[in-house]
Amino acid sequence: MQLLLFNAFNGLIQGVFYALMALGLALILSLNSVINMAHGGFLVIGAYLAYTLAPYLGFWGALVVGPIGAAVIGLFVERILIRPLYKRPDPLYTLLLTFGLALIIEDLTRTIWGAQGLPFQVPAALNSPISSVLFFITGYRLLVVGITMAVMLGLYFLLRYSRLGIRIRAGTLDLETVSALGVNIYLLRALNFGLGCLLAGLAGVLAAGILGLTPPMGSSLIMPSFVAIIVGGVGSLVGSILGGLLIGVAAGITTTYYPAASEAVIYLIMLIVLVIRPRGLLGQEGLFE
Amino acid sequence: MEGFTRRKALKAGLALGAAPFAATPFLSYGQGESPIKVGMHDPLTGTYAAEGESEVRGAKLALAEINAKGGILGRKVELLIEDDNANAGLAAQKAHKLIEKDGCSMIMGAVSSATALSVNQVAAQKGVPYMVTGGHTDPVTGKECHWTTFRICTTTYMLANGLAGTLYQKFGGKWYFITPDYAYGHTLQAAYAKILQGLGGQVLGNSLSPLGTTDFSSYLIKAQSTNPQVLILLVDGQDLVNCMKQAVQFGLQKKMPIGGGLSELEVLNALPTEARIGWWTLEWYWNQPNTPHVKEWVDSYRKTYTDGSYPSARTWFGYAGLHALALGAAHAKSIEPTKLARGLEGLELPPEIKLQPNKVYFRKEDHQLMSSEFPGEINTNGKYPDLFKVASIVPGDKAALPASETGCKLDYPA
Amino acid sequence: MIRRHPVEILLWIALATLPLWLGPLGGYTALGTKILIYGIAALALNLVLGFTGGLSFGHAAYFGLGAYGAGMTLKYLVPSTPLAIVVGTLAGGLAATLLGPLVMRRRGIYFAMITIAIGQLFYFIAVRWNNVTGGEDGLAGFRRQPLHFGSFVFDVQNEIKYYYLVLFCFVIAVVIMRVLLASPLGHTWVAIRENRRRALFLGLRTDLYVWAAFAISGTITALAGTLNAMLFNFTSPQDLHWILSGNFVIMIVMGGMRKFWGPLVGVTIFVVAQDYLSSLTDNWMSLIGLLFVLIVLLFPKGILGLIAPRRREVSTPRAPGIQQADAVLEEDGSPLRDSTKSLREATK
Repeated sequence: MQLLLFNAFNGLIQGVFYALMALGLALILSLNSVINMAHGGFLVIGAYLAYTLAPYLGFWGALVVGPIGAAVIGLFVERILIRPLYKRPDPLYTLLLTFGLALIIEDLTRTIWGAQGLPFQVPAALNSPISSVLFFITGYRLLVVGITMAVMLGLYFLLRYSRLGIRIRAGTLDLETVSALGVNIYLLRALNFGLGCLLAGLAGVLAAGILGLTPPMGSSLIMPSFVAIIVGGVGSLVGSILGGLLIGVAAGITTTYYPAASEAVIYLIMLIVLVIRPRGLLGQEGLFE
Repeated sequence: MEGFTRRKALKAGLALGAAPFAATPFLSYGQGESPIKVGMHDPLTGTYAAEGESEVRGAKLALAEINAKGGILGRKVELLIEDDNANAGLAAQKAHKLIEKDGCSMIMGAVSSATALSVNQVAAQKGVPYMVTGGHTDPVTGKECHWTTFRICTTTYMLANGLAGTLYQKFGGKWYFITPDYAYGHTLQAAYAKILQGLGGQVLGNSLSPLGTTDFSSYLIKAQSTNPQVLILLVDGQDLVNCMKQAVQFGLQKKMPIGGGLSELEVLNALPTEARIGWWTLEWYWNQPNTPHVKEWVDSYRKTYTDGSYPSARTWFGYAGLHALALGAAHAKSIEPTKLARGLEGLELPPEIKLQPNKVYFRKEDHQLMSSEFPGEINTNGKYPDLFKVASIVPGDKAALPASETGCKLDYPA
Repeated sequence: MIRRHPVEILLWIALATLPLWLGPLGGYTALGTKILIYGIAALALNLVLGFTGGLSFGHAAYFGLGAYGAGMTLKYLVPSTPLAIVVGTLAGGLAATLLGPLVMRRRGIYFAMITIAIGQLFYFIAVRWNNVTGGEDGLAGFRRQPLHFGSFVFDVQNEIKYYYLVLFCFVIAVVIMRVLLASPLGHTWVAIRENRRRALFLGLRTDLYVWAAFAISGTITALAGTLNAMLFNFTSPQDLHWILSGNFVIMIVMGGMRKFWGPLVGVTIFVVAQDYLSSLTDNWMSLIGLLFVLIVLLFPKGILGLIAPRRREVSTPRAPGIQQADAVLEEDGSPLRDSTKSLREATK
């Protein structure tokens, strides 16, 4: 029983992480209509930038600058490659484009930093268990949960109360009207894309502290994030968070009883959810169908 | 990563070989004879790219030496390198390309076991000798063995035999295992359990972790709850990096000794300093002060590759692999496949190539190279490359299963 | 029947003589065989993707089932090439037919994700069921066998003869697909793609038609899988993974999903580019990525999309009252219709 609780809690930590990835993907999916296969790439960019800058800026500085770097590159990519495609009715082409981008990013990362895995040092103070009973809760894991919660809360207030946030939310519902009201929707979409990449970069830096860095590190995290979105329901940001937490906890609990199925279980959950609730837990009708 | 393409690198390798050759004019390649082509497949992109690159570097060193000494049977050697992306289908496709299109008369390579097995099938069908450099799964020189296939790196079973005794004597016999959930892990764990029970120890539990697991907390939690005398981690590569880091973050190394199966210089290097702990088996180590030729070879590696790196076991696999093919051909006086294969059987590697103290030879019955295991302890406060302390060097034929138990029946053409 | 385009006749001549000219052009037989095998799979997937409008991201499942079916037949049951093909094709086809009802009512990204979920479950079964499938190491230890016709033996262990066996299967698959697309069934698929709701209002059981497309497509994909397993006498869980499914989709989109031959063009470009570039440089992934990006930017409808539009518009059945329905409903021909039509309008 104790083991089960341990694993459920541990799954929650994983879930928080999936949620962070899923949130960025979901933002880009709803407003930019882009199925961003390169999201894992932006994660990698954030992580490697932080790794490179950590000796100069320290861990905390890198934690801030890494994601911003990913966002800036994201803005460039959006302006040059994604924007010309908004006119095309079919997101399959942006899927192909971002898939190509993902390949380019992984390859350049390998060329610049090498194929060899790299360790990312986190402050020693964060690297030890909080208590001897709950030895698997380290300061760093708490930090990951804390930062992610703070970011989610910040995002909530941004979307809820700020002018930009209200426009983004309105844009996901009816971009035409938003445009007619005189909002520069090109700028809106660019900022939204950058925001998504910022979240991916942040996930990358946080992941690097636990997993270290390898050029393909993003590609193994992208599919669970898509699953989180679908389980939560396309178009609902709260749903993405919920989906991420749900699959994290489910994977954690499965590990207690049947570790071999701990990866398969997230796909099983998605299948069951989609059969029972065709649009996920909190999804809206008509989006991306 | 080297900043030039592989084809260019190949030419550089040839030039390297040609330089000493120019100084010895009485050595000459056979007139009008075409070069002998050796094809190499290895992952240069994807998850195993670092290991693949090490093997390629080793093979290039061997290429330069072989060509400097007049090539194979007086014919110059060309090494054609193909990326297999650690994908079994792509590896088999590249093997076809190397054999059919490029006309390679022998092939070598592999890091992932699946690519070793898929190319094994192609080589057998085509009747082309295949030197497996990495790829530890037992069937390559066991159930799926073919007369064409030889292997440099040790079998999974051999890895277990290097370390178990040392750990048992030092720390006691109640062990908990974390094992990767695929053929390699299963074999290794079974071998460990058998040895442990033979010594009178006890397996407290075994967690099977899927390949590619990033979060090992739940397995570590389970292991911790059984209070083992030794925690054995059999996961490898990036999985091992993650598992070690988490074990150390949870402070497990203060409660129990941690040890395990295969580790590699590439893996140790990817660990943060605090996670460099425990007892492991390497398949070759660069620091062997009492073994002849090792220091010279390490120096020559460092002269060729000036990025500050040291050769790893993988580098030696690539190096020994190409040299073995050349030696086999010289021994058989032919590169005709069956003759070459017969020439390799029982072949002993000379000191300047084996780079280890024990006798190293290809076992006749299953074509497995009997090379040593290097069990030892991580040098906790060491800086790269001084990351390991070798405890003993176990001869390969002491660690391997008897040839009669491997399940291998060589299928020479009638 | 459909009139033959002169280019198509050239294509058939080229395929029939491929072993003669591929070598001198720097290829090798196995490469040509692989293009044909992936070609069968991509053409079959395009029945669902391009012609019916369902974004299947899980077709590797049926490809892999075919491969494992053929491999296990040869390894554990009987060493017979035709039987391996039949068993593998039926295994994959049966799975697609039985699972069809789960996907047939889904659309867009949900269709994609539910097919991924199914595919990944098969992948994990193959990885975990070590004793039978060989797990991560893959399934080895079988070999394609010569074909016997009475006393005549066609030894497909020879690369070139195996190519012709694959070409034979390719021809059969193409004929089946063309006949289906020219039939009322095929016209209904296109109608569903162009406007599912209109088809529904016409009284068509669209879900059953989507099911049929999925089952037929899955079966033909499984056929390709059996051939792929015997090409290298090996198969591994990578043949079931969503990455392969994604690659099939990408090849189709590159080549042009609205043209029958688009997928074959995409497959050829993908396979040849990967084979050629990865021998040339370690950075081949960047070059392939760049190729994807350029194709998207320069060829808005895939490479074959540039060529003149269809000579004959496929006409959807007309019924009384259709004009009103048309007026009410927006067109939604793409497999992944934009979230709102207004997105398109607003950014013009």
